[in-house]
Amino acid sequence: MSRSILVSSVLHLVLIMITAMSLPFLAKKPIDLPPIVSIELIQITDKTNIPFAPKAKKTIEKIKEKEKKLVSEQAPPKKVKKIKPDSVPMPDDKSKKIEKVKEDKQNPEKIDNEVKQVSEFEKDELFDPNNIAALIDKSKIENAETVNKTDKITQDQQKSVDISGLSLSEEDALKAQIFGCWSIPLGLPYNENLLVRIKLQLNPDGTVSQSEILDHARMNKPGQGFYKVLAESALRAIKLCQPLRVPSTGYERWKELQLNFDAREMLEG
Amino acid sequence: MFKILLIIFFIIPFKAFALIEVDITRGNLNPLPIAVSPLSIDENSRQNFKKILKKKNIGSEISKVVENNLKTSGLFNPLNKDAFLQAPDIANLKPRFEDWNLIKAQALITGKVSFVEEKLRVEFRLWDVLAGKEMMALAFTTVPNNWRRVGHIITDKVYERLTGEKGYFDTRIIYVAEEGPKTRRIKKLAIMDQDGANNKFLTLGNELVLTPRFNPTSQMVTYLSYFRNLPRVYLLDIETGMQEVVGDFPGMTFAPRFSPDGKKIIMSFAKDGNSDIYTMDLENRIVEKITNHPSIDTSPSYSPNGKYICFNSDRSGYQQIYIMKSDGSNVKRISFGRGLYGTPVWSPRGDLIAFTKLHKGKFYIGVMRTDGSGERLLTENFYQEAPSWSPNGRVLIFYRETETDSKGEGFSAKLWSIDLTGYNERLVSTPTDASDPSWSSLLSN
Repeated sequence: MSRSILVSSVLHLVLIMITAMSLPFLAKKPIDLPPIVSIELIQITDKTNIPFAPKAKKTIEKIKEKEKKLVSEQAPPKKVKKIKPDSVPMPDDKSKKIEKVKEDKQNPEKIDNEVKQVSEFEKDELFDPNNIAALIDKSKIENAETVNKTDKITQDQQKSVDISGLSLSEEDALKAQIFGCWSIPLGLPYNENLLVRIKLQLNPDGTVSQSEILDHARMNKPGQGFYKVLAESALRAIKLCQPLRVPSTGYERWKELQLNFDAREMLEG
Repeated sequence: MFKILLIIFFIIPFKAFALIEVDITRGNLNPLPIAVSPLSIDENSRQNFKKILKKKNIGSEISKVVENNLKTSGLFNPLNKDAFLQAPDIANLKPRFEDWNLIKAQALITGKVSFVEEKLRVEFRLWDVLAGKEMMALAFTTVPNNWRRVGHIITDKVYERLTGEKGYFDTRIIYVAEEGPKTRRIKKLAIMDQDGANNKFLTLGNELVLTPRFNPTSQMVTYLSYFRNLPRVYLLDIETGMQEVVGDFPGMTFAPRFSPDGKKIIMSFAKDGNSDIYTMDLENRIVEKITNHPSIDTSPSYSPNGKYICFNSDRSGYQQIYIMKSDGSNVKRISFGRGLYGTPVWSPRGDLIAFTKLHKGKFYIGVMRTDGSGERLLTENFYQEAPSWSPNGRVLIFYRETETDSKGEGFSAKLWSIDLTGYNERLVSTPTDASDPSWSSLLSN
């Protein structure tokens, strides 16, 4: 009997507690949250459709990597130069440096150039026989400054000369030039594939020595008559734009160039 | 072996990527500079044509037609002939491309006219100046009186070769010529070349004529005329001049138009006070009701494949554009913008529908895709309507009226053309006021 009274009173107590806790005046004031505003996420790459954005990202990453590499690569040559007047350790250091560079880099030719440029520069700055004495007497700070200076210059050269593609500004200059020369044939069917790829062999002055349409076979396919019109317009644009605005240095890099003409974006819009 | 495969898979792609690629996704839409050299002609032929056609130099006249056509298209910029360095006869044999390059020509048209067995023989060549090569060479023989058409055909060929789509120059336009004060207007059926030349009146003006429309497959026209105050639909063969009555229809009858195969006409008329869309088979004259709705359905136009019909209807409360299957099923509204939409016309290319729109007291000519998306208004004015497509679906011709002043004067109605870019708007000159134009298909087809 007493047990059942106990159970009953406990359960009643629980019930009272629950009721009391859920009474409105006892409840805590809710936090004054701002109303929920739904946000629609839009993939802006589709909307803005900047064609070179992914490439730009890659290029920037590449440059960053190169810069990182360069910092480590260029440290030794400075030492070499400082020690060079002492004549003994220099040859070993230099050969070590070249080996190191060769290990890191894929393209040995470019590395040779780099090394040459670095050493030539340093020769001008540091190895002039008339200035040797003065250089030896220079304070540590001055040395450090020279080191910084050489560092910067070689990195800039590196950016423009050593990357496998064109820099963004170089690419933009070339694009802007060709945009102005390309008269897009307006009658093309814009729901078809309107991409023409043209491979160019360039002379050092930017003139075109040879041009080749990469999807040449498509011209003669039935129902692809518009492709010929498009390809011809692209070739006219290249001829009209000659000499192309290519960088003044690094001919090896851009002596072969592929231009992808795509009229779809213009005609759809 | 595995190592070799690894090398093939990894090193070769690396080598391929080494080629610098530049994406060119923009160009200019400036008119292409083109040199139209006068067609050369020998002295004997020149004298013969002078006698027949009363033209001093028919070679120059044909080249003027070509030049004018190219200019009005808005896609070409014909260069001033005074700047040409090479004589026409030599240019036709072998152009000195450096000379033409010097005046910034990107394309060059040369040709020769000769008098052969009482006929006009024209050969012409299109050259790519920058590439230094011939792009096309053609020759025609025709009766001398056809010389303007030769100019139009040359333009069509050049246009097609350089833009990738068929031309629209060897075509004619039928329209309603209007004269007299606004309250007592005399309306005649008239036809002319697309450039305004060779204007002819086909009716005398005794009866009111409305909405002439070309058959898309032949030189046949259907139009509406009032005979004893009753609307009557006619068929007119332009080539033979033969005319026949298709039928008398009750109440308000509107805008008969051919089906794409030319075997039917589609129109709207009011029966028992309700306007619906009907077709009539031209062979057996059987009339079929396509829509059956208490609203006002008018201005039907077939899609080029004949499977769909666009029309306007006020079934939603306001006049809007709808499409349906050609049997009248699957009616779907496609225009949802503000204002009233009317006179929908399906493009011969099938991709767009042109329309007239009335919004806030202004009239617009515009185009939209066939699902109603991508609405673009090409031109705005006080009053304009009745767009009609060029056979290649690039240009629209319509008519525009000017406002009457307080004295009731100053009213005029003229034909205008505009291309799909909306930039190239031109007045099409006609000897009288004009309305309700309709563009023919290519005559040379």
